[in-house]
Amino acid sequence: MAETQVYKYTPKDFKSDQEVRWCPGCGDHAVLSSVQKALVELGIPKEKFAFISGIGCSSRFPYYMDTFGFHSIHGRATAVASGVKTANPELSVWQITGDGDALAIGGNHFIHAIRRNIDINIILFNNEIYGLTKGQYSPTSTKGLVTKTSPFGTVEEPFSVGELVIGAKGKFFARTIDTNVALSTQIYIEAAKHHGTSVIEVLQNCVIFNDGIHDTIADKEVRDDRTIILKHGQPMVFGKNNDKGLILEGCRKLKAVKLGEDGFTEKNILVHDTFEPNPGIQYMLANMKYPEYPVALGVIRSVDGPTYDIAVKEQIEGVKKTAKIKCMDDLLKSGSTWSVG
Amino acid sequence: MGKRSTVIEREEVVIRFSGDSGDGMQLTGTLFSDTAALFGNDLSTFPDYPAEIRAPQGTVGGVSGFQVHLGHSKINTPGDFSDVLVAMNPAAIKANAKWIKPGGTIIYDEGNFSEKNIEKAGYDKDPIIEEKLDGYNVIAAPISSMVKEALKDFGLDPKSVLRTKNMFALGMVYWLFDRKLKYTEDYFEKKFKNKPGMAEANKVALRAGYYYAETIEALTPTYKILPAEIAKGLYRNINGNTATAWGFMAAAEKAGLELFIGSYPITPATGILEELAARKDLGVKSFQAEDEIAGICTSLGASFAGDLAITSTSGPGLALKSEAIGLAVMAELPIVIVNVQRGGPSTGLPTKTEQADLMQALYGRNGECPVVVLASSTPSDCFHFAFEAARIAVEHMTPVMLLSDSYLANGTEPWRVPEMKDLPKINPPYADRNEKPFLPYKRDHEKLARSWAVPGIAGLEHRIGGLEKTVKGTVSYVPENHELMVNLRAEKVAKVANEIPNLEVYGPKTGDLLVVGWGGSYGYLITAVRELQDEGHKVSLVNFNYINPLPRNVKKVFSQFKKIVVCELNMGQFANYLRIKHQEFNYEQLNKVQGVPFTIKDIKEKCIKILEDK
Repeated sequence: MAETQVYKYTPKDFKSDQEVRWCPGCGDHAVLSSVQKALVELGIPKEKFAFISGIGCSSRFPYYMDTFGFHSIHGRATAVASGVKTANPELSVWQITGDGDALAIGGNHFIHAIRRNIDINIILFNNEIYGLTKGQYSPTSTKGLVTKTSPFGTVEEPFSVGELVIGAKGKFFARTIDTNVALSTQIYIEAAKHHGTSVIEVLQNCVIFNDGIHDTIADKEVRDDRTIILKHGQPMVFGKNNDKGLILEGCRKLKAVKLGEDGFTEKNILVHDTFEPNPGIQYMLANMKYPEYPVALGVIRSVDGPTYDIAVKEQIEGVKKTAKIKCMDDLLKSGSTWSVG
Repeated sequence: MGKRSTVIEREEVVIRFSGDSGDGMQLTGTLFSDTAALFGNDLSTFPDYPAEIRAPQGTVGGVSGFQVHLGHSKINTPGDFSDVLVAMNPAAIKANAKWIKPGGTIIYDEGNFSEKNIEKAGYDKDPIIEEKLDGYNVIAAPISSMVKEALKDFGLDPKSVLRTKNMFALGMVYWLFDRKLKYTEDYFEKKFKNKPGMAEANKVALRAGYYYAETIEALTPTYKILPAEIAKGLYRNINGNTATAWGFMAAAEKAGLELFIGSYPITPATGILEELAARKDLGVKSFQAEDEIAGICTSLGASFAGDLAITSTSGPGLALKSEAIGLAVMAELPIVIVNVQRGGPSTGLPTKTEQADLMQALYGRNGECPVVVLASSTPSDCFHFAFEAARIAVEHMTPVMLLSDSYLANGTEPWRVPEMKDLPKINPPYADRNEKPFLPYKRDHEKLARSWAVPGIAGLEHRIGGLEKTVKGTVSYVPENHELMVNLRAEKVAKVANEIPNLEVYGPKTGDLLVVGWGGSYGYLITAVRELQDEGHKVSLVNFNYINPLPRNVKKVFSQFKKIVVCELNMGQFANYLRIKHQEFNYEQLNKVQGVPFTIKDIKEKCIKILEDK
């Protein structure tokens, strides 16, 4: 039986014969490694994976995977991946994209795939810069960032990926840091198991054009105090000494507090509910920014719902059951016809 | 039935129903043509409606028309000039006055010729006199007041009552052509199955019109058009968009593939998406995408995943799809892009017809980017060419552009339906799973097509994409490799010529003048050429359906004629294309860019002028 078959892969089985050409020190290397580790754990035969990408440094990803892969055009990977999944819902479809590819030129496809809840896994490499074109600002660049196309600083507000995903009726949103392979691997596994569009934002470092952009929170020395790894059912505690936590202040606003100070104890700390359909708290978590808050990592939102690909399949099966027209000959002869001779 | 004092037997006749866009003229015309088809006439129809759903009432801009051309012999066009005009308001006279045959019949709704409406249409007092139509057979029928009277006991609101005016008019026309009411009555019974009152009201209006026509002496002569002599078989009326959609479904069945359409609504192509969306019974996966680009990109994804994938659009949408067509060329995936052409550039004339996207279809992409280009030429042969486009795309692993146009998309004609067993099998070039290692860009020698390795099959894992590749599928910037691949892709498309039929000559194979057309202008060209031949001119016609590559016998055919004239609804795009491909000939041109088809008169006059020039 297919369901009981065990696939004994190692990450190496998912490496293609192509030489990896990202810059030495680029965060993409770690993402590739995390994904290859995650796929091993899924129990899905290798030939069922399809990796679809757009354009950008990260979009070279499919060439390095020994799976089916399609390197498409700028911004359109979401649409290509949607077509692949709708054509064959049995495939495990992964989209590799970046902040420019998904949120600028591909913004329209991105929000509509999420709205449809088509069962694809979108790994969005967010380095807040255009790398392949050598250093222009992106839709996630912090306001004021000086780049080659903003020599006096940008004057526009950036998108927050989580805010956009939830606003587009997203049902799965997670965030990780490129270098945290253990956390990333776990998140990719959860994303793969989730039925519906899964968006994983990877805070990824561009070593050439935006080096250290995430260091404020991602650096080893500070990351425990400046990020929080959310786990379903666990209190939202963080800090090197697990002495900080998140509370809800006045039902409307999150607040980072120190346990034992101002009378706050573990009892006051919020417990993370990944599966809560109401996105209120998850939305606030996704939008937390340092220094006011720790940046949230882990699976922030994961809610079940009908998926587009299965709905299309079931609608066809439903109509077919009672249909009078079973083949083209039936259709050709149906309705108003007349015979001559 | 009452006696008919004068009955004129005619080979063919053209009727035009015209009124406000809310007057139900499209339905009226469709019911009339279905009835004529059932009677056994050959026919061709053309709806002509404004882009606005409800343009200001009573204005010329809001006039919606439906023309039917029926006859005893083969009918190839909806006709130039109408024998009978049904005008529901003064604006309909304004829009159609110059398209009525001298002495033709005009039936108009007297009740709608109020001072206000006359003024709205741009007349002073009397449209008939002002258009100098008073010598015609003009019937002022009190249609509005007659339906009010006929339906006074139905308890309907005044609006619903007046909505049956078109049926009263249709009843009159049925009497004029001695046609039975049964088909129309059955239609209303079916349509208003749950509203028997409405069904009855429409039937009463229809009959009231019929008897009114019988009663008044004015409506003579009446016409008799004998059934056409057409080949034996099962027939149906079909328009170009439906025929296109059905051709793809037939191709999917013959290829053993599932059909996927990714598309975005755009006039006049939307009918294809609508028809396929309705065909869940035949397993069609329809994806109404967020935009034109996603339309083709979802299709490309589906093609990669192993479906027969198509996308439908019109000129502005084709512009948006250009980059993705380039990707399809590079990835060498099968996909059909249907472009139902309309008047351009930009938004242009969304509901009108034109053939001005030929250069865009052939060349409108970055890089050396050849695709196969086909063009349908009649509403019903859209089925055949959609099937052909899908067959070539799949068997040759290439994108195929199928050109239709607004005139074909909306026009209808009777079509002898094929049996599926008579259509050729389509053979997808699936990759061999035992081939180790699998090379995605390895080609077969005959067609130069690569093989199709569908995700889900172990051992065939591979990567494709928009970057230039070697035969192994490895990204390559090697100069010689790029040139090799550019040449291979071009040669692959050129080799399609080995599998397409030769150009057919309508008429003698030698002569003084060869009329050359392509795609949708066929009907007008063949009609004009046949008339010229009957008048003794040495004129023949070729009409191209295969544009890229061209059929192999073009040179042989062209060389047998003293002169060549290329007729097309643009400024000479196909003529210029022929000047590139077959420089040895001299091409004269007949061009028209008015958003409407040629008239037979246009073509004949041009041909005679060329024949007379020494």
